[in-house]
Amino acid sequence: MRRRTGPGRIATQVLLVLATLVFLLPFYLLLRNGLARETDITSPSWTFFPTHIQWGNVRELFDDPAVPFARSLLNSVVVSTLQTVGTLVVCSLAGYGLARIPYRHAGKVFWLILGTLMVPTAVTFVPTFVVVSSLGWVSTLRGLVVPLLFSGLTAFLFRQHFLEFPKELEEAARIDGLGYWRTYWRIVVPNSRAFFAAIGTITFIGAWNGFLWPLVIAQDSSAWTVQIALSTFLTAQTVNLHELFTAAAVSIAPLVVLFVALQRWIVQGVERTGIDD
Amino acid sequence: MSQVWARVRGPQGQNLWFWVFVGPFLAGLMLFVLVPLGWSLWLSFFDAHNTVTPTRFVGLGNYRDMLTDPAFLDSLGTFSLFALFIVPTTFALSLGLAMLVEKALLGRGFFRSVFFLPTACSYVVAALVWKLSLFSGVRFGLVNTVLGWFGQDPVAWLSVTKPPWYWLVIVTLRLWLQAGFYMVLFLAGLSRIPRSVYEAAAVDGAGPGWQTFRWITFPLLRSTSVAVLVLLLINAYQSFDEFYNILSTTAGYPPYARPPLVYLYYVALGNGQDFGHGSAGAMILAVLIAVVTVGQARFLGLGRRSA
Repeated sequence: MRRRTGPGRIATQVLLVLATLVFLLPFYLLLRNGLARETDITSPSWTFFPTHIQWGNVRELFDDPAVPFARSLLNSVVVSTLQTVGTLVVCSLAGYGLARIPYRHAGKVFWLILGTLMVPTAVTFVPTFVVVSSLGWVSTLRGLVVPLLFSGLTAFLFRQHFLEFPKELEEAARIDGLGYWRTYWRIVVPNSRAFFAAIGTITFIGAWNGFLWPLVIAQDSSAWTVQIALSTFLTAQTVNLHELFTAAAVSIAPLVVLFVALQRWIVQGVERTGIDD
Repeated sequence: MSQVWARVRGPQGQNLWFWVFVGPFLAGLMLFVLVPLGWSLWLSFFDAHNTVTPTRFVGLGNYRDMLTDPAFLDSLGTFSLFALFIVPTTFALSLGLAMLVEKALLGRGFFRSVFFLPTACSYVVAALVWKLSLFSGVRFGLVNTVLGWFGQDPVAWLSVTKPPWYWLVIVTLRLWLQAGFYMVLFLAGLSRIPRSVYEAAAVDGAGPGWQTFRWITFPLLRSTSVAVLVLLLINAYQSFDEFYNILSTTAGYPPYARPPLVYLYYVALGNGQDFGHGSAGAMILAVLIAVVTVGQARFLGLGRRSA
């Protein structure tokens, strides 16, 4: 198709710029309110730019003894990291086993896993809570992380990826006398780095933004993730608005940086999965 | 004996290695997905308040209660209404954005990034912006300020039910957060359409713009469209975060805007700890989602050879 610079094209470009402004507006509001004075947020004569920029809001947030913000931020970092690493290890191993190790009942195992994809994860939150609480894992790191490691979808995606992995590489390794285990760690994983990175980033974002499961499990404020902390202040009666917005801005900063830096991989990952929320 | 062992291990021990690789995953899947499902099914036939090892069998009683519970039925109604709003609007917006980005003269990568960026944001943070800044009910909210420029009175977005303005708040939030994600799926679909198809269409006299879109692009995006529709519907059923964060307050949660998941959350994990009814509700919801998904996929032809 030829590229024409007719009026249609110009209109497209104008529409894109307008849409960009709309899509960026919520980010701007977050930043604006996070750096504004309380009076600027609640002022009856709302202005687009705050009258005064207060960088001190960030320090104030971390100094406030009434708000366990630093703790919840740390919890989020730990939970998201462990969930990402754990998911990659557990699901990639399963995917490899299903793709490459000939076993009589592998087909049945595969269909069992596919079957769980039909079960909406959110629908199992009550019974999974029951299991986790009977293990005594409520308000613990284990309770927050472990139940989420076994994603049928991720295992399935790894299987598909490994099916496409060039077999010659593995056969060469086998001739050199490497078993399944060492072939996997020394040949297959290092050559699948991009795929691991894509799935890892998506898992990390999902873990960082996860809400329902931490809400159910982190009943003690010492186990709150940053989303739960924010939500608690959001639905509470009295809270400093500027502090709340500062906290929200701080909470998305790491993800936005990660996002911008790893964009290409994330997009690739999404294109490949087609499913992820 | 050694022969039996050799058969268990398989050639080169591959049966054992299979379980070394797949075993941990499968064990976790059993413990955290399959056992909970079974347990839930079992609990759904019992009177189980505050306990997960109930003794009083009520048969289908919990199911009958849930299916005649106006609050639960309302929650299904709330969902249906929400899906009616969110599925077509997200579909149209994400497809529209994908077409715009595809046709951009310059800055394609930039625009794609901008529209995709909200995916990095959580529903909690978005709810904060929507509830306390954009659609703040008092005069200082952005939308009310803009309305003020046109001489309109400020609207109490979240506290009036007639008209239900809170729908606008909830729908726009999800649109903003999700459209970019589905746009990427559409962009992937668009990139798979061979250029020669467009060239042939141009030779056959199809005008650029609407005609090409109607007769070439859209039909060729069919499999992507079907996948997006199925995903949108499943995700809409499971909406929880924005409803909870926008509408829940210290004073409680308004009963008029509870999708099923919010309702089940309060039934099972609220003060009552009613696991029996909660489980029955979850089972009903699971079956409903499965039926609707399979029905929709059949209707749209997912899994057809050509799709």
